[in-house]
Amino acid sequence: MTELSSIDTSRGCTDTPVLRERGQREVFCGLTGIVWLHRKMPDSFFLVVGSRTCAHLLQSAAGVMIFAEPRFGTAILEEKDLAGLADANAELDREVDRLLARRPDIRRLFLVGSCPSEVIKLDLARAAERIGQRHAPRVEVLNFSGSGIETTFTEGEDACLAAMVPGLPATDARELLVVGALPDVVEDQMLALLARLGIGPVRLLPARRADSAPTVGPQTVAALVQPFLGTTAAALAERGARVLTAPFPFGEEGTTAWLAAIAAEWGVDAATFAAATDAPRARARKAVAAAAATLGGKRIFFLPDSQLELPLARFLTRECGMTAVEIGTPYLHAGLMAAELALLAPGPAIVEGQDVEAQLDRVRAAQPDLTVCGLGLANPLEAEGLATKWAIELVFTPVHFYDQAGDLAALFARPLRRRARLNFGPTGGQP
Amino acid sequence: MKLTVWTYEGPPHVGAMRVATAMTGVHYVLHAPQGDTYADLLFTMIERRGQRPPVSYTTFQARDLGSDTAGLFRQTLQAAYDRFRPQALIVGASCTAELIQDDPGGLAESLGLPVPVIPLELPSYQRKENFGADETFLAICRALARPMPRSERPSCNLLGATALGFRHRDDVAEIEGLLSDMGIAVNLVAPLGASPADIARMGAAHFNVLLYPETAEATCRWAERTLGQPYTRSIPIGVGATRDFLAEVAQLSGLPVRADESRLRLPWWSRSVDSTYLTGKRVFIFGDATHALAAARIAGDEMGFQVVGLGAYNREFARPVRAAAQALGLEALITDDYLEVEAAIAALQPELILGTQMERHIGKRLGIPCAVIAAPVHVQDFPARTSPQMGFEGANVIFYTWVHPLVMGLEEHLLTMFRDDFEFSDEAGASHHGGHGAQPAPLSAPSPTEAAALPAGSPTWLAEAEAELRKVPFFVRGKARRNTEAFAALHGMAAISVETLYEAKAHYAR
Repeated sequence: MTELSSIDTSRGCTDTPVLRERGQREVFCGLTGIVWLHRKMPDSFFLVVGSRTCAHLLQSAAGVMIFAEPRFGTAILEEKDLAGLADANAELDREVDRLLARRPDIRRLFLVGSCPSEVIKLDLARAAERIGQRHAPRVEVLNFSGSGIETTFTEGEDACLAAMVPGLPATDARELLVVGALPDVVEDQMLALLARLGIGPVRLLPARRADSAPTVGPQTVAALVQPFLGTTAAALAERGARVLTAPFPFGEEGTTAWLAAIAAEWGVDAATFAAATDAPRARARKAVAAAAATLGGKRIFFLPDSQLELPLARFLTRECGMTAVEIGTPYLHAGLMAAELALLAPGPAIVEGQDVEAQLDRVRAAQPDLTVCGLGLANPLEAEGLATKWAIELVFTPVHFYDQAGDLAALFARPLRRRARLNFGPTGGQP
Repeated sequence: MKLTVWTYEGPPHVGAMRVATAMTGVHYVLHAPQGDTYADLLFTMIERRGQRPPVSYTTFQARDLGSDTAGLFRQTLQAAYDRFRPQALIVGASCTAELIQDDPGGLAESLGLPVPVIPLELPSYQRKENFGADETFLAICRALARPMPRSERPSCNLLGATALGFRHRDDVAEIEGLLSDMGIAVNLVAPLGASPADIARMGAAHFNVLLYPETAEATCRWAERTLGQPYTRSIPIGVGATRDFLAEVAQLSGLPVRADESRLRLPWWSRSVDSTYLTGKRVFIFGDATHALAAARIAGDEMGFQVVGLGAYNREFARPVRAAAQALGLEALITDDYLEVEAAIAALQPELILGTQMERHIGKRLGIPCAVIAAPVHVQDFPARTSPQMGFEGANVIFYTWVHPLVMGLEEHLLTMFRDDFEFSDEAGASHHGGHGAQPAPLSAPSPTEAAALPAGSPTWLAEAEAELRKVPFFVRGKARRNTEAFAALHGMAAISVETLYEAKAHYAR
């Protein structure tokens, strides 16, 4: 639906056959999204109903433990909860009552399903309804699944946002709804850009506070800032919203294309568009150029992780001069990715799913200059002599829009620059 | 159901991974959903391991549940064997796979693999990480070790060191050195660095050294019964405990104690006058039972501290911790609830915390220095340099590690002397702390625990008293403030004057 004339869908990787792999997947589950979602929504609490493994994952994936009492926690299922679901529901009610009594600052509670709660068929939708009635109107109670059997890493955010859509207030106004959790600083930059284009009113999903939920209706135009929001997009479509398909706002080109797609919807003229974007575009190009000097001509291999792989490969190949060897992604949403695939020069293998051992064999055979992978694989690959970029940093760091384009490129350049810098050899000798 | 925010221990299959990852020639096939592979990063990131843990996960998804998860397990096991050719396999289920009851042990048997396949039954909804490690190590030894003739020279096995253990790598090297000084050979170190073939030679040792009861006590008990090997009970952490350990080794081996104490520095460092300021420092100790008990003895006997709180997160070892606490006139804090530990520390206001990485965070928030003495671990608990806790070098390391977070002796006097000089700001903290020790964490709202510590209608500070309080060195100012407020509240005072401040000081003097 994008109006960019530079995109010709007959080209690029549009027709590249996608290799689908099934095997061991070295990826996080959807619970991990809680780590950034709870920061984005400071009046919400995320209560995972799960096992000690879930609690351990959240703690380990977060990496640091900053808060005495974070706004997420795990109601750990015990032997007796497995014996009878009636008891499990009573126990859950009790734990929630206690939690909400202790945390009067909480306005919205997400009950988050996990692998064990799904397997024992604990109905969290009904639990959310039951508990929500008890705590209305002070606390809104929603539920979604972040379980590994249903969600991969960023799909947890998709499930969370999709869970909010049915409850959003209706509107008949023509509004732009920007969908996807962004760091506040990036969100503010984006709002400033849209304001300069004269586009509005702009609503955000997720909103920072429970009481400022966006409205949605048949006149709503939704623009996704993250590529992994397929379920949310479908839920918004059900509410009558029209979801734009555009490249995602990574890099100068992606940001321009994303803004152009919205500008076209709002009938923004070329002069206004140029006036609003020329300066930040030039800034972004300049910032990217600094890192592109390191990245140019280098070969990159993506292991599946966040679903950001295709847009990032597009950015790194088109704006930083890299060559993609293989682009693995946990899930490829053909519709949302159409514009990205069209921009991506043919050549790389595109792989959906994972069989980690076979994929690592391909990494070893290809000897790429940089491999993007999860934290479990990074040091082992480095020990084999391969430079890596931890994928998780790409979802924890501000990387969207013009003024982060240089930072995004630098994230990939840093491991290569570091390698070039280190030298443990004797004076005058080789390392 | 129990609400948990932070956990001291992972699930039991992570304990099994700690054993498998420590060993060589073993592969662990874990029936687990997608996502459980997060556990790999504990080893590759926290411990900076250059190899992936030897674990294959079935990573089943929802669509597999309707079809054949048992078949998926068999495939994964066969593929893991074909690719890695281990000497032995261990097989088990994580929490979710436990619910679908595919019986990994039975499925593995049906494949008829040409190597030992050791099934694990780890109840995920009842037990935790240390239990998982202990049980896994026992299962491996049971499957592979048999009674056999003893070695000619007196020898022993060092048991309990695992991957992700707190300083296990360096403890093993230190204890090997002590034993070598006595002329005792080390027959086997396990799980750390051992292969299944090595485990099979376990029975050749004359006795076992139990390094960490949390991960090897079950194995030592079994070996005592089945292989006739007695085992040491003293855990050689601290000077006195190391001497106890050597005496026990002498008794078990029939060889005299020969210990090179020339490099033992803790006793003199502790007696030297600079350490006078350590006298009676109030310390709070929390960790796994083994390290907490050792720390309590060192703190009291070898550092001259006063232990004001003692606890452990592993309930399995509650009994000795309770006894040790009672001997100190304390009630042991046995809990795996992080918020309870924080509340206890906030109430006691110790001058030093000896705890885990979790307590280090508590200390940061409350402005109390902390030294880490036990797992759960963090990347900084794997120093590049050798840094044991055990033996005489371990005692040296402990002295340094515990004293470092405190303001040093002379520096304490100098701070008092110079605090009014305009060039000097005591808000900056001690020079070796980087100045962030005493600042409140700006990121979080006051937790209910903190809020509860300041009841409504608490006494107000008069301006003069507030000014006087500023003259108190920063590192005790928080305690002075709380003590004074508590004193005023106790005596029903609405306002705090300079008088009140000093009355409170006299009241709490020790």
